[in-house]
Amino acid sequence: MINIEFIFPEIFLSLSIMFLLILGVFKKNSSKLIQNISLIVLLITAVITLNETFGTSQMFLFNNSMVIDYLSSFMKIITLLAAFLVLVISSNYLKTFKIFKIEYPILILSSVLGMMIMISSNDLIVFYMGLELQSLALYVLATFNRDQLKSSEAGLKYFVLSALSSGLLLYGCSLIYGFTGTTNFNLITDQLNSNEYALTFGIVFILVGLAFKISAVPFHMWAPDVYEGSPTSVTLFFTMVPKIAALTVFIRFLYVPFLNLIDQWQMIIIFLSIASMLFGAIAAIGQTNLKRLIAYSSIGHVGYALAGLATGSNDGIQSSVIYITIYILMNLGLFSCLLMMKRDNNYYENIDDLSGLSKNHPLLSISLLVILFSLAGIPPLAGFFAKFYIFKSVLEQSMYFLAIVGLLSTVVAAFYYLRIIKIMYFDKEKEKYDTDHSLWLKFSLAASTLLILIYFIFPGQLIEVVSRINII
Amino acid sequence: MNFPILSSLILLPTIGALFLFFTKSNRENNITVKYVALFTSLVNFFLSIYLWILFDQSTSEFQFVEDRVWIENLINYKVGIDGISILFVILTTFITPLCIISVNNSVKTRLSEFLIAILIMESFMIGVFCSLDLVVFYLFFEAGLIPMFLIIGIWGGARRVYSAFKFFLYTLLGSVLMLVAIISIYWISGTTDVVQLYELGIDAKYQNLLWLAFFSSFAVKTPMWPVHTWLPDAHVEAPTAGSVLLAAILLKMAGYGFIRFSLGLFPVASEIFTPLIYTLSVIAIIFTSFIALMQEDMKKLIAYSSVAHMGYVTLGIFTIQQQGIEGSIIQMISHGLVSAALFLCVGVIYDRMHSRLINTYGGIVSIVPKYAVLFMIFTLAALGLPGTSGFVGEFLILMAAFKDNFLVAVIASFGVIIGAAYMLWLYKRVIFGKLVNLDLKQMLDLNKSEMFILSCLAAPTLIFGFYPEPIINTIEVSISDLIKVYNINLINN
Repeated sequence: MINIEFIFPEIFLSLSIMFLLILGVFKKNSSKLIQNISLIVLLITAVITLNETFGTSQMFLFNNSMVIDYLSSFMKIITLLAAFLVLVISSNYLKTFKIFKIEYPILILSSVLGMMIMISSNDLIVFYMGLELQSLALYVLATFNRDQLKSSEAGLKYFVLSALSSGLLLYGCSLIYGFTGTTNFNLITDQLNSNEYALTFGIVFILVGLAFKISAVPFHMWAPDVYEGSPTSVTLFFTMVPKIAALTVFIRFLYVPFLNLIDQWQMIIIFLSIASMLFGAIAAIGQTNLKRLIAYSSIGHVGYALAGLATGSNDGIQSSVIYITIYILMNLGLFSCLLMMKRDNNYYENIDDLSGLSKNHPLLSISLLVILFSLAGIPPLAGFFAKFYIFKSVLEQSMYFLAIVGLLSTVVAAFYYLRIIKIMYFDKEKEKYDTDHSLWLKFSLAASTLLILIYFIFPGQLIEVVSRINII
Repeated sequence: MNFPILSSLILLPTIGALFLFFTKSNRENNITVKYVALFTSLVNFFLSIYLWILFDQSTSEFQFVEDRVWIENLINYKVGIDGISILFVILTTFITPLCIISVNNSVKTRLSEFLIAILIMESFMIGVFCSLDLVVFYLFFEAGLIPMFLIIGIWGGARRVYSAFKFFLYTLLGSVLMLVAIISIYWISGTTDVVQLYELGIDAKYQNLLWLAFFSSFAVKTPMWPVHTWLPDAHVEAPTAGSVLLAAILLKMAGYGFIRFSLGLFPVASEIFTPLIYTLSVIAIIFTSFIALMQEDMKKLIAYSSVAHMGYVTLGIFTIQQQGIEGSIIQMISHGLVSAALFLCVGVIYDRMHSRLINTYGGIVSIVPKYAVLFMIFTLAALGLPGTSGFVGEFLILMAAFKDNFLVAVIASFGVIIGAAYMLWLYKRVIFGKLVNLDLKQMLDLNKSEMFILSCLAAPTLIFGFYPEPIINTIEVSISDLIKVYNINLINN
């Protein structure tokens, strides 16, 4: 193999997972050690990815079944960094619930490995393998707090619905294979002319499966329950990391083999996008649990990311990538706040628990204020720019309806973000929360808030990196 | 590159706010905190006066222009001022220190946060008036929502939550369509630079929709009838300093936007939609004046009178004549001074008696004579008595309106009479009459800082009433050239 260095990150990660498993079996009480090694592994993998692949504009491996390009390298690095931060800020939470076990970091690492394979896949079978590897790890993670009824319920629900969607996805794959005779993305392109309508069936099934994974309306039903039931640190992982991989697959699947069938799938994506934006905005209004609210808000945000994909242009893809990056930054801050709402070994997750936060914890509440306004897309915060790029690329294609619906739903969404701010700032204060948070938690909150706040000073940097992504 | 004076104007209050943020706030250093804020805003004020001195009145070119690449091939950070915007910048820097002095009595809790919000607000407001790029303009225009939402919501009255939400969501809803329009302009013309757009012009077939999108935003902000309903709520519940900022400066953003963007960029559409603006303006003038007559809450009364006064402004702008637009700008400046003063006047007696209802008062002329005199000046200025700045603006607007559309002008003139009625009746009921409420005897007259603030506002009101030359000289060339550009683009398209 001449080009083996391009999958060094994946190889390194899988070897580390095996090593950590063995270490966990033979060494007693090694959860802290394994956690630390996992963190280092994630960082090293990110560095390898940066070094080995980031300069590559396009490289096919393993008989064209994997592809390494700017998109895959960028998304992998984001995935690895996000996973690193999730792991590092969740340790206190896990210790509180006495679930700080060796399996946790290892499961996260394996799902990250699955995502990296998904991100690089250029073949339906490789893609499906990656998807299942990450999903299986995620099912277990959802039930990780197994003594709690809600957590087990969340895991089971996630498993059943996800299995259903995987089934649909596989059916779609088999249809496409049946009509084109190949599972490779590049080769499918050549076979498009033969059976356009039959292929559309396959595309629809695969899109349904993918929409399940990123919880786009109308395939979102699992998200609020699973997000609420899972341990908060796992919810944090769910809202951020799998979305990156699924979005990348969305991009690759739609734009590499089926770009010429854009008339067939564009309406579907527009529908998914509009439905997610509107539903996410409206359904979140009545929520009282913060994690459920975040679930609905993430459904809405997925809608915006999909709006970029609906354009059928490189600009649109880039804007989606920027959107998901900024969204992850905001979510990280949001969950850091959530993990700080702790009093006497109890975590609080209702909106009312934020009441009067600004009097007791001015710094925490000002960070949350910045993050929430940014999520609502108010300038000059980062969230505004994310939406700005999306709507810029949407309007380039003269899709006025999509843009106007999207912007109107930001107004609706602004309402529930404002409600949280109202509770924090305008209501009476409750008891204080603990302040002895881990340094990493404080760091991730401060860093994400600062980046959101000062993003407007150098918005060009992110664009410059992302503008190298060139799929079409 | 010269000294970036406009950017410093925009940045300075934010730096002051940052400084306050890092100062630990407690009871003892409330005074330090206040002095820091005051010092920052005063430096900004003097800087803007210096700007006025440097300003070249003989040209309509944008001056002190700074143009930096912000996002490659997309947005340039471009700021600059001409005769129209400089006055609004000075109005902003003039009103803000007065607001900061006035917080003495009205804001009891979280003083340092309040001052931070005000200073950041000042940055954004100056940014709105200076920006020469549509995206930059939108950024500043929208960003102002955040501090104002907090000012109303945290330091406001009993129904503050409702009002803050209404203010935020109304304005946001209006503005998102403007964002669609701005991005569309980028794709139609390839730039969002206002100066270039003035030269290029925008294809006539797009203008109507774009104009409407901008209108939806500005109409809410102005506010025009029938989307004015957020204003009385916001005014009534906001703390005094918040009401002052809202009335004096925030409302002017929309008037400024109409002149700079609706007229400048979409002349064809402006021509088509002038009847719409006329109708809405006249309804606003007459209808809200009648509503103002019926109010029992002083702040509400002044809020409705603001809607009526802004009706004159929009009427004047869309006469598209030299006098009309000049009148509108003078009216906006004058309204900025007078409404700010009136809200402060209400604030003064509210701080003492904790009531804004008119029938609480009556017969206080002998108890608070100084207050009565100053309140009188502003009442008369609000109803447009000759010799006050209110008269100059209304007179010029009506004169231009008479040339353009006789019927509209006649109806609008009736508004002046109703305006006089509600203002004088308010004054009579509060200041004169029998002293029924005996608690009022304990009322203290203006203290030094209140006296200072109100005199500061009274002086320009009277000076510009008798001698409006400085304003007219500053705006004259810019307006005549704006009308020239307007007519050229109208013919070309």
